[in-house]
Amino acid sequence: MFTPYSSLAGGILIGLSASLLLITHGRIAGISGVLGGTLAGRDLGWRILFLVGLVGGGVLFALIRPQSFPTSHAYSTVGVIAAGLLVGFGTRLGNGCTSGHGVCGIGRVSPRSIVATLIFIATGAATVYVARHVLS
Amino acid sequence: MNGRIWFVVAGLIFSVGLVLSGMTQPDKVSAFLDFAGRWDPSLLFVMGGAVAVYFVAQRLTRRLRKPIFAERFPEPPRSHIDAKLVLGAALFGVGWGLSGLCPGPALVSIGAGASVVLWFVPAMLAGMGLHHVLVERRRTTDG
Repeated sequence: MFTPYSSLAGGILIGLSASLLLITHGRIAGISGVLGGTLAGRDLGWRILFLVGLVGGGVLFALIRPQSFPTSHAYSTVGVIAAGLLVGFGTRLGNGCTSGHGVCGIGRVSPRSIVATLIFIATGAATVYVARHVLS
Repeated sequence: MNGRIWFVVAGLIFSVGLVLSGMTQPDKVSAFLDFAGRWDPSLLFVMGGAVAVYFVAQRLTRRLRKPIFAERFPEPPRSHIDAKLVLGAALFGVGWGLSGLCPGPALVSIGAGASVVLWFVPAMLAGMGLHHVLVERRRTTDG
């Protein structure tokens, strides 16, 4: 279902959050980078605080608006694990994800991020195409 | 006053934005990526709104000497497009297409405890750890 207003509003908030992080502390709100740096033990202080806000916000939402999250899904467990591995490895190898490259990188008019974003949307679309229109 | 509360505030606003935008609904992400099917363009509005705001903030930083609580802004983006970027983005896209989940929404969804997320997040962390062990730790020069 096409939800232009809530999606735009949500996007604006994401942009505001990333802008806040940039202007207050000069940090980039790329979630894969925040996580990856945490796992590598770099600059844990700010990363953990940010993750507390991010995960904590989700916990609050789960309590007050649980319909925001899916309860059932069609994905196989093996598929989800494979997907997680690919997302984890791929975002670190490519140094970014939808927030790091797609929002912050494009917002900085970074050629690397524009290319990365086009690529992950393309392979994402190809994957969905195969899953929905070829295999089933 | 070192402004550390702003890290938590930024994370909170980010989570609100992700939920409101619909990014925590994997089916909605899949519908955006399903160009050949019943296409849902909502994600374009998410990215459009986010990029527009961030672009303005980014321009604003050029007029500021430094961030409010830190010493320097991030380095300007590099322009060199290498195999790691292309392969990494490609792999990430496949995982994203398979599950409809990417790092931010997955973390935000932990609180709701859906099984798909509880499988995805540890796998994602394992994938990141795998990269750290295979690639980052082996790097002797800055690549």
